[in-house]
Parts: sequence; structure tokens; C-alpha cells
Amino acid sequence: MTAPLLAAEGLTLRFGAIPALLDVAIDVAEGEVVAIVGESGSGKTTLLRVLSGMMTPDAGTVRWLGDDVHAMGEAARRRLMRTAWGFVHQNPRDGLRLAVSAGGNVGERLMAVGARHYGNIRAEALSWLAKVEIDGHRIDDLPRTFSGGMQQRLQIARTLVTRPRLVFMDEPTGGLDVSVQARLLDLIRSLSRELGLSVLIVTHDIAAARLLADRILVMRRGRVVEQGLTDRVLDDPQHPYTQLLVSSVLAA
Amino acid sequence: MYVAVKGGERAIGAAHAWLEETRRGDPAVPELSVAQIGQQMPLAVDRVMAEGSCHDRFLAALAIKQAKGDLIEAAFLLRAYRTTLPRFGASEPLDTALMRLRRRISATYKDLPGGQVLGPTFDYTHRLLDFALAAEGEPRASAPEAASAVGVTPRVTELLAREGLMQRETPVEAEPGDLTRQPLAFPAARDVRLQNLARGDEGFLLALGYSTQRGYGHAHPFVGEIRVGHVAVEFTPPELGFPIEIGEIGITECQMVNQFKGSRTEPAQFTRGYGLVFGHGERRAMAMSLVDRALRAQELGEDVTAPAQDAEFVLYHSDNIEATGFVEHLKLPHYVDFQSELENLRAIRRTAEAALREAAE
Amino acid sequence: MSTMDGYNFAYLDEATKRMIRRAILKAVAIPGHQIPFGAREMPLPYGWGTGGIQVTASILGPADTLKVIDQGADDTTNAVSIRRFFTRVAGVETTARTGEASIIQTRHRIPEKPLREDQIIVYQVPQPEPLFMLEPRRAEAKRLHALADYGLMHVRLYEDIARLGHIAKAYDYPVMVNARYLMSPSPIPAFDNPKMHRMAALQLFGAGREKRIYAIPPHTEVHSLDFEDHPFRPIRAPHACALCRSTDTYLDEVITDDAGGRMFVCSDTDFCAERQARAAPQEAAE
Repeated sequence: MTAPLLAAEGLTLRFGAIPALLDVAIDVAEGEVVAIVGESGSGKTTLLRVLSGMMTPDAGTVRWLGDDVHAMGEAARRRLMRTAWGFVHQNPRDGLRLAVSAGGNVGERLMAVGARHYGNIRAEALSWLAKVEIDGHRIDDLPRTFSGGMQQRLQIARTLVTRPRLVFMDEPTGGLDVSVQARLLDLIRSLSRELGLSVLIVTHDIAAARLLADRILVMRRGRVVEQGLTDRVLDDPQHPYTQLLVSSVLAA
Repeated sequence: MYVAVKGGERAIGAAHAWLEETRRGDPAVPELSVAQIGQQMPLAVDRVMAEGSCHDRFLAALAIKQAKGDLIEAAFLLRAYRTTLPRFGASEPLDTALMRLRRRISATYKDLPGGQVLGPTFDYTHRLLDFALAAEGEPRASAPEAASAVGVTPRVTELLAREGLMQRETPVEAEPGDLTRQPLAFPAARDVRLQNLARGDEGFLLALGYSTQRGYGHAHPFVGEIRVGHVAVEFTPPELGFPIEIGEIGITECQMVNQFKGSRTEPAQFTRGYGLVFGHGERRAMAMSLVDRALRAQELGEDVTAPAQDAEFVLYHSDNIEATGFVEHLKLPHYVDFQSELENLRAIRRTAEAALREAAE
Repeated sequence: MSTMDGYNFAYLDEATKRMIRRAILKAVAIPGHQIPFGAREMPLPYGWGTGGIQVTASILGPADTLKVIDQGADDTTNAVSIRRFFTRVAGVETTARTGEASIIQTRHRIPEKPLREDQIIVYQVPQPEPLFMLEPRRAEAKRLHALADYGLMHVRLYEDIARLGHIAKAYDYPVMVNARYLMSPSPIPAFDNPKMHRMAALQLFGAGREKRIYAIPPHTEVHSLDFEDHPFRPIRAPHACALCRSTDTYLDEVITDDAGGRMFVCSDTDFCAERQARAAPQEAAE
């Protein structure tokens, strides 16, 4: 069995008296989509922040290809976040430059790693806009003229342009209409298959997890209460909390 | 035939001569003396000392005379002069608890040990222009003298701190930063922030403090205490090894008491905003304490949403010497850069017009 | 040579000069990198050249010959004012001839005449941070420089080309120094940027209000940012100087009447005068 790309164990983090994470372990293999589900307050967003190096745990380690993410220093983490990693924010405005055109947004990471041919950068940006189903004529438009769904797709294009190996997603469909959500989820699924991406997605939406994820982790009050292959966990939940989550979706 | 304009030197010389004439004004009017400015415009002198970041009443008054009454220009003169002065070292921290008080008030208690000492204040005057002042040489009534001196006056914030209701300041071992020697760097710690505010433009501080009261980063302030008076300045010469008093200076101190909501880890307590100013400057000291508190937002776990809470915004724009220099530098010739812009714009327009013509065909 | 009573040579005390020279040495050791320094209030306002003045004051010696220009000319009011300041506080020889100066303090232009190894040019800088319009927070800009993360600047240039067809920066055009640091060359016209590349003279930059010093050591690589398919092109008015006929110097546009009449003359008054002097005997011969 090949080593996981991202491996974390023993993650613990407290905010004062409140335990946000208690002894959490998680692995992500190459080309795998892993969903972390739970209610608000479960610790899932905190876990994503710790895994992506944005927050430091009180205990435990996170390793990317064997290297300790929190020990590597800010410069190395930033480089990682621009090349091998990507991060899709819940609110696209947090992940886009609103005063920069769509083309500039997609091209920025290329320029940051040394691309210096305007024509090529623009062509690459156009091809990515096509991949995320944004009309190429909008390449010079500012993101504020885009709908919420389009902004989110633009954020995804901006993230994927440097062909990262692992993409962190924080509630990427939050705040979008149901039909728009479905389209976005389909896009994420097909792109991750096509590009062989690993994805770590945090969501409270069980249906989205079922659609996208190979494996699912269920969190409650800072702990992982259940994990496993998506179909198994959702069709045959063992933990009472998982059963509750799954049944509430079916009921709705 | 065009000849490049010359005569810059002569023009400057003439400009300076005319400036000197306007500074003096009508020679039939008696000349203003530095002593008169020092005695009868003490608050202008105080402001110039504060923003000039140099306590010297004579120099400040002289600067005001030279600057034709422009207080920012006067502060600039004083700052530039300060650059030439040798630095012997730093004084001991001023002990404001031992202040020889002229004025001491608190808004948080009706009465307190030491009492509410009003001092010479405009606060309760009616702002009616007093035309009697236009006539000079009139003898004025003198103020009645009190029977005894001001008694022991413990700090209000100390009273609160003893009950655990007010945060105490944690003493720091490290040398405080020195903005007169080192440039401002971010993140800026409280010592450097307070220095920056202490010499910041009074109008800017006032506006920012006011904005917090109007909801832009509100901190529910109360005036815990304002003290105005004289404190001894002590200095430890290296040859002696112990502190000696080298004089006293007039200062104003304001301690603002603010509400703090407590966090996941800290029990609720009042928090402090602090202001300290050369001379008698209550407006400045109070504004400074409001802005000091606003800049502590991040440290106290509050959301930073308002301009007064944005450290880079406040601290980079508070120095009116820097500000006036840069704003007024726009008067300097910029025609070389403007020429580049002109040529660039002309080129862009030529390209665009050519494209339009092509499209039309 | 006499200087003002009670003032040290060149105004600043020796300790301050030493502090500034240390900053200059650090700057020279890291070409293009901004070194913070404890700038002092000078008797001229911030924004009017205090950084350049402090740098000049720290390197000036009694044997130096100083030239001061503003917009390329020696006779503009601010150049006159600064030259007089140094005459008062240092008593050094001053000159308008570029070739005769050992130190040249300049605002917004590089002299047309190539400088030599034994000369130093001191630039007055209003805004040392090339990223400041894109990232106004200094703390974040510092990080971007440390990580050589300059994508943002290229994005700005990309946006110009997408919107206008070419790069819109006409002055203070950003450069990469020694292939490592992004630098603001000060508001010199883009036309002057190529002069900085491998210049034989030491180039020092002083920003008094922003309290930064930076430097380009002699013979250093300096490249203006561009794209391979949109290369950097220096802009100048496409005319000849009306006085000396030069077609490769930077020109000022002078309005001669209110009917739109205009003429173009060299901005570098010394260079133009020299060219005119050389042409005069030839014209007399004709």
C-alpha cells in the first residue's frame, strides 16, 4: 500500500476550556476525495485549518509527503499553498482578488511561479475558464460582476491552474442555490477524477459528501466518531450520532 | 527664441524677504515677544511641544513666533532643532503618582480621596467673546487661594485594580522602542504605539477618538482620571550611578476606563486606555487614550473593523510633520513624470483610434 | 570653507551619519532590498528630499563636489534650496556639470551623461515600496519581499495589457534588481530605467518620510518588469530638442502661447547646454 500524501495523528487543540479537537487522526491518499462532516461546532473547520497549516495544534503532527507541516516554516508553507496545495474558501470573495479581472485571477499563480508570456498566460486562463464552464468572453470582467456560483467556479479555476495534488475545500457550496450547488459538485467531481486530485472537503451536507467522497469522517464535539468508505458509513452507520445525521437527511 | 527660465536663486531670496515682512506685519504695531507668547498663549506652546516631541517652552514659543502662528510649522521647526541635540540618555520613568497637582478630576466617582480638583479649566465657562480683553492693561481680578494644598490622591485605576476589576499593566523587561531613533515597524507593540500617539496630530487623534464614540470601534469609555500638573524628571548619570532630579515638567495624564466583555479564558474586567502629553493638553490626552484602547482591539480578542483599530492606518498617518511634508510636496515640480504620463496617454489613444478606424473599414 | 556655527559638518552629528552609513552598507550588500533606518527630522519638510539629504550628508566629505538636480535641471527651486543647504552646512564645492560632480543628488531623473565608477548618485524617493498600491499593509508587503512573491506586480501589468493594450506605468516603473528584489526606482520616467542597468556609479536611494534606504551596487543587473511578448519600451516624446537637436534624450514640453503652441527641450539642462556648446563652433564655421 502506498504511503498517504497527507497523514495526521493525535491532533488536539483547545480554545481555553473548550476542546476543539481531541486526538484526531486522518489520512488522505493520492487521488482520494475525503469528506469531513458534522454540525457546526463539531471541529471540522478547525481540523481543516490545522491540516492546511493555518492553525497550530496543541499536540499531534501533520505530515505532507513525510514532512512535518507545522515545523517547515511559513515560507515553505506558503510555497506549498501556491503549488502542490490549493484552498477553496467557503466565500469566494475570500479566495479571489475582487479588483482583478477573471483572467488575472486565474493567471496569478502562474505568474507567481515564473510565467512571463502574456499570450500563454491568457490562453491558459481561457482554457481553465472553459473547464469550469465560464464563458471566455468574461475573461476581462471583474469578479464582482459574476454570480455567486460563477465566483466559486472562478475560485476553483484559480486554485487548480498550478495543478495542485491536494485541494482543501471549506464548505464550497455554502450560500449557493440548490441547483447551483449541484452543478458545482458535479464540476468538482469530474475535475478531481480528470486531474487525479486529492480533495479534503469539509461540509455539513451529507448528500454532497455522498456524491463526491470516497471516504467520510464524521465529527462530533472535536472527536472523529466514525469513518470509513462513504457508502458503508452512510448505508450502515454504526455510531448513534452518525445514524442521527443520516436519518435526518433521509427525513428531509 | 526660447531660453530656459533661470533665476530660481533670486526668486527664492525675494520670497524669503517677503515672508519675513509678512511675519513681522505692520511695523507700527508692537512686536510680539517670545515671552508674551509663552505666557499668554501657553496652550499653543503646549501643543507645539507635544507635536514637536520636545519639552522646551522657550523654543516652542520662539518657533510659534517664527512660524507666524502656524502650529504645525512651529512643531516642524522644533523637531528639526531636536535632531541637532545630543542625546545623553533616557530619564527614569515619570512617577505621575507624585505629581504636583493643578487639576485632578474623575468621571467614574462622585467623590474620592483627594477630591475633584477643578484647576484652571475652560470646561464650565460660557463661550461668550469677552470684548473687555480687547482693551489692554486692565487689571484683572486674581483667583482666591485655597486654605491647604491638595492631599493624598491615589489613582482611581489603582482603586479598581485592587478589587481585581481593572487590568493591571504587565511590566516589561525589555527596553522600550524609541521612535525618535528607530523607524516604525509592524506589528507595533504598545510602547511604540503610545509614543507615536503622544506626538500625533491633535486633530487626527481627536477625530479618531470621536469616531470610536460614534460606533466605529466603540469601547464604552469612562474618564477614570485626568491629572494635570508638574512631575520631577530624574536622570541617572553614568558617573554617579544613582538618579538625581534635573527639573520638572508640566504634563497631562488621562486614564480611560473601558468595558471588556471577557473571553473563553479571561474573566470580565475593565481595560485601560492611556494618554500622556506635554503641558496642559486634555483634549489630546483623552483622544490619545481612546485611540490607545482602540488599537488594543486585537490583543483583547475583539474584531478589528474600524479605522481607529487599524494600527497601520492610525500610526502611519498620525505624524503631521510627515503628513504636511508629503501633502505639500505635491507643489514641487512633477513635470517630468507628468510628461511621461502625457506621452503614454497619447500613445494609448493613438492605438485605440487606429483600432477604431480599422474596425470601421 | 566655512559652515554654520554650532552645527556639525553636513548638519547631522557623527553618530547619526554612522547609523545611516551602516544602513547604506547593508543596502549595498543586498541590492534592491529596503533597509529601515531611523530617519531624523531635517530642516526641509518630509516629502521634499529629506531621505536623499540624509544619505548625501552621511557620505559627503570636504573634498566632494556636489551637483543637485530636480526634474533634470539645476535651477529648479527645490534643487536650489537643497544645494544652498549643503553650501551652508558643509561648505563643499557645488557644480552644475555632471562630469565634474563626485556626488549627484537627484529628484525624478538620471542625468543623460553616463556616470563613472568614481561617482555616486543619490535618488530622492517618496514611496520606496513598489507594492504599496497593490498591498498597502507594510507587514504583508515585507513578507512578499521575503518570499520573493511578486505575482501581484505581474498581475497588475497583465491587467494593464488586458485593458489598454500595453503597460500603463510611465514613471516609477518597477524593476528587478540582481534577479532577486523588486524595487521602486523612484519616480524617474520609464525612459531612464535602462540607465540603471550595470551603471558604473554607485546608486543610493533615500526615503526620509518612509524611513528606508536601498542601493544598487555598481555593475548590477537591473531589469524592468515586462512580458516576453510585451517587452519593456522606454517612452519619450517623439521629437528633437529645439535647442540642441538631440533625438535620444528625455524632453520637457514647454507651452509657448495660449493657442496650443509648444516646443520640446531637453530636461537635462547641463547635457543640453554641453551639446549646444559643442555644436556652436561648428555652426560658426559653417
